[in-house]
Amino acid sequence: MRAYFGRRYSLSASHRLHTEALSAGQNRAVYGKCNHPHGHGHNYVVEVMVGGPVDPATGFVTDLTRLDSIVQARILDRFDHRNLNLDPIFANRVPTTENLCKTVFEILEESVAPAEMVQVRVEETENNFFEYSGE
Amino acid sequence: MIFLTRRATFSAAHYYWNDVWPAEKNEQVFGRCANRNGHGHNYTLEVTVGGDPDPVTGFVIDLKWLKDVMEREVLAAWDHRHLNLEAPDFAAGKLIPTAENLAIAAWKRLEAPVAAAGGARLSRVRIYETPEIFAEYRGEA
Repeated sequence: MRAYFGRRYSLSASHRLHTEALSAGQNRAVYGKCNHPHGHGHNYVVEVMVGGPVDPATGFVTDLTRLDSIVQARILDRFDHRNLNLDPIFANRVPTTENLCKTVFEILEESVAPAEMVQVRVEETENNFFEYSGE
Repeated sequence: MIFLTRRATFSAAHYYWNDVWPAEKNEQVFGRCANRNGHGHNYTLEVTVGGDPDPVTGFVIDLKWLKDVMEREVLAAWDHRHLNLEAPDFAAGKLIPTAENLAIAAWKRLEAPVAAAGGARLSRVRIYETPEIFAEYRGEA
């Protein structure tokens, strides 16, 4: 039977929303206070959901310890307590939380096999969150 | 189609053990969860139903009715119980009470009563084992 397994992780990072494609004035107009020159930070919650058949021997869709170590190595070690703008993946991609969500999905997509990546949800604050399902 | 979700909480004990395997393998695969004295969680059961609002009441489903069904069908069997020893879904090594299997078992308990009520259909059952760990079942084979 196909089921889904979800796990929530926390990471704290800084970012500044700014794109070279727009003028300074346009950046300020589009991004508002998120464009302040020295950046700001969030306590992000990253929720990773994978899917697959439930292994009849273990009752698991995925091994939690293995998923934790993949997310630790590929996501938390890379982004936690960092400036997102300085990561090469955001060199030409504004580190909005939409793009962080997509980035996390793409990084994890190939490493969680045999489970399948189903959805990444990133909560930027308690009042806003973003979801990406690979569509 | 509107989806409506109701939450309920329950507390239960469990451990993970596959009778077919030797003790060493159980300990290797399940780690601390293989301690046969058991341990417990405050679980959250999240039930989502989908349907169109009734033109007269505006309801997809009567929430009080859904609450009562969740209590009668799931919580009455699992709350403040040892899942491996007392819940018929898992008793006597029938099934390992992982969050995944709890989600599937809760679905099986709820599907028929929700369908019999007419209108809304069960769409998703999610079991939170801790605030950071959950499993979900959507009725797929």
